[in-house]
Amino acid sequence: MTNNSDNNRERKAVALVSGGLDSMLAVRLIQEQGIHVEGINFFTGFCVEGHTHAIRKKDRDRPKRNNALWVAEQLGIKLHIIDISEDYKDIVINPKHGYGANLNPCLDCKGFMVHEALKWMQKHDFDFLITGEVMGQRPMSQRKDTMPVVSKESGAGDLLLRPLCARLLPETKPEQEGWVDRDQLLDISGRNRKPQMALAKKYGFTEYAQPAGGCCFLTDANYSSKLADLWQARGEKTYEIDDIVMLKVGRHLRPKPSFKLIIAREEGETNFLKGYRKKYISLNTISHSGPIALIDGETDSDDLELAARLVARFSSGRESEFVNVEIRQKNGESKNIDVVPFRADEIPQDWYV
Amino acid sequence: MSEQTLDARNLLCPLPVIKTQDRVENMKPGECLKIICTDHGAINDIPAWSRIYGHEILSIDEQEYEIVIKLIVGDK
Repeated sequence: MTNNSDNNRERKAVALVSGGLDSMLAVRLIQEQGIHVEGINFFTGFCVEGHTHAIRKKDRDRPKRNNALWVAEQLGIKLHIIDISEDYKDIVINPKHGYGANLNPCLDCKGFMVHEALKWMQKHDFDFLITGEVMGQRPMSQRKDTMPVVSKESGAGDLLLRPLCARLLPETKPEQEGWVDRDQLLDISGRNRKPQMALAKKYGFTEYAQPAGGCCFLTDANYSSKLADLWQARGEKTYEIDDIVMLKVGRHLRPKPSFKLIIAREEGETNFLKGYRKKYISLNTISHSGPIALIDGETDSDDLELAARLVARFSSGRESEFVNVEIRQKNGESKNIDVVPFRADEIPQDWYV
Repeated sequence: MSEQTLDARNLLCPLPVIKTQDRVENMKPGECLKIICTDHGAINDIPAWSRIYGHEILSIDEQEYEIVIKLIVGDK
């Protein structure tokens, strides 16, 4: 039972803010009902948010911003960005509900994020949670039969309100208690974006991010195949944050199961990979201009020569008789060798990850 | 004015903001934080985060590969 003073106090909601239009609209709908809203944005390690743009020099002039921060500023709310990348590993490695089209564990992911947001809510004395979910919009986590799974498995239960499709779902506590008026909530469903765009127009949101396929690298087929290759090569499904950052950078070639080469494709990537020379054996061409490459895995001297020949292939000396390559150990010790660059037709296609 | 330095080099968005957020939580109003990063997105993101929380950006020094941002912690 709640007493009168409790009934009269300002209610507070925490919103999962991805940076996309739907969570932006969900927040505004709830703000309009006089609720104080703050946002949470989770860093999983797989967030797209312009990482490639951040590294590649040619993309540097493109406008780049963190959409979640931008959205928070437009809405006038605080945004708490929380690093969940360590605990998130278990979601990626052992998803109870399996993967989507690629290595995307969307249903487990949503349940985990709502669970983490619930913990934050309880710690900071907020009253309920909101998300920008729309029934039927996503094939795994936003279906009529899976949305209750998220509510239940996250532990949020009836404290989880989805303002954009609330009228299609059972009443939640914020509605039952009169904190929010259910009649002012919406009943949007399906993949058609017109209702959201009309609502954006009503609220004067003329600019918003429209990520294709979500904001997570795990929904990307190329990225997922690189992660699958990593797991296969290691013989176990594990990763560190550096591993998954590296999957976003450079050209990856695996000549043998025991190691792969990460070869920079341009100057920005070269500079980025240079920052990892204390963690990986690195190669770079001395006699000719060329990219830096890192070795991920275990190598013997024959492997290093093979790696050097590959790096030479991607240098300006690719047609030369010999290319001089510096091989630098993690401790900074280095030696130089002359190698014959691979010819293009000597590199098997299945080396490319 | 006391100044602290945060090395956020080689961290990609949004980690420079998260590290800034965590460091500022333990600082006092009026103190200065110097953030060194390599992700050029920080040029937009750290000022945006600062505006939301009322911290003042003192300077942004953009070099070829590194960016140095100085902020003054606002009232909490």
